[in-house]
Amino acid sequence: MLESDNNLHKRSFDIEGGNFTNAGTVSTRIKSILKEIGLPDTVVRRSAIVCYEAEINIVSYAKKGVINLTVTPETVEIEAIDEGQGIPNIELAMQPGYSTANQQIREMGFGAGMGLHNINTYADIFDITSEVNKGTHLKMIIKKH
Amino acid sequence: MKLSEVKETLNAEVVVGQEKLDMEVKTAFGADLMSDVLAFAKAGSLLLTGLTNTQVIRIANVLDIAAIILVRGKKPPAETLSLAKDLQIPILTTKYVLFETAGRLYVKGIVGCLEKVESGSARI
Repeated sequence: MLESDNNLHKRSFDIEGGNFTNAGTVSTRIKSILKEIGLPDTVVRRSAIVCYEAEINIVSYAKKGVINLTVTPETVEIEAIDEGQGIPNIELAMQPGYSTANQQIREMGFGAGMGLHNINTYADIFDITSEVNKGTHLKMIIKKH
Repeated sequence: MKLSEVKETLNAEVVVGQEKLDMEVKTAFGADLMSDVLAFAKAGSLLLTGLTNTQVIRIANVLDIAAIILVRGKKPPAETLSLAKDLQIPILTTKYVLFETAGRLYVKGIVGCLEKVESGSARI
């Protein structure tokens, strides 16, 4: 953590693909970090929601991944980078209700095809790039004000 | 409505959070799809659901859900219980089905945290 640099917080978290028991722990940790910094509740909640969706996606579809948190004076930036199957058609994947989730994912209450759509709703800026059989890179920015 | 009245209305058993029964709640959301809960449930609401895995607790934490009402007589497994205790999220369990649970709370004045979904999503 770089506390000297104008309130800038930088943290990185590893995510293990397929580990549904731990899925969501990084998002709960990020939420408490943002809360401790003293950000407004809605900023904390929106950051936690997009982070949660991204984390569940990595656990569901990738071998492994990393979530980077950067807090700048103006924004909360969350990056989710994974090594996984990738998304062949991003436009289709963004549509509410579209999902490629398997039975295990659905039994946990996920795979409704709302994940990327939710991220797009809750993030102020959302960039997604993906390469089939390589991985997916999400960048989500939530403005503090 | 106080959480203690929610408990009475639903003949519910308090599994976690006996000390939080004085908490006031006004709104609720019910779903078994966690992605929909993430999309639509609002802070401070009751979450009515039939899912009992640890994800329910983590999502409740992420969304600042007031309390979880497990419907259809569902009992949470041990790991869900211990996570709810750690994160201090009350869990009540009722034998009523989701429809009946929602109806009983609604006539007592609890309203949905949103009424309908406009263009696929609702933002906080």
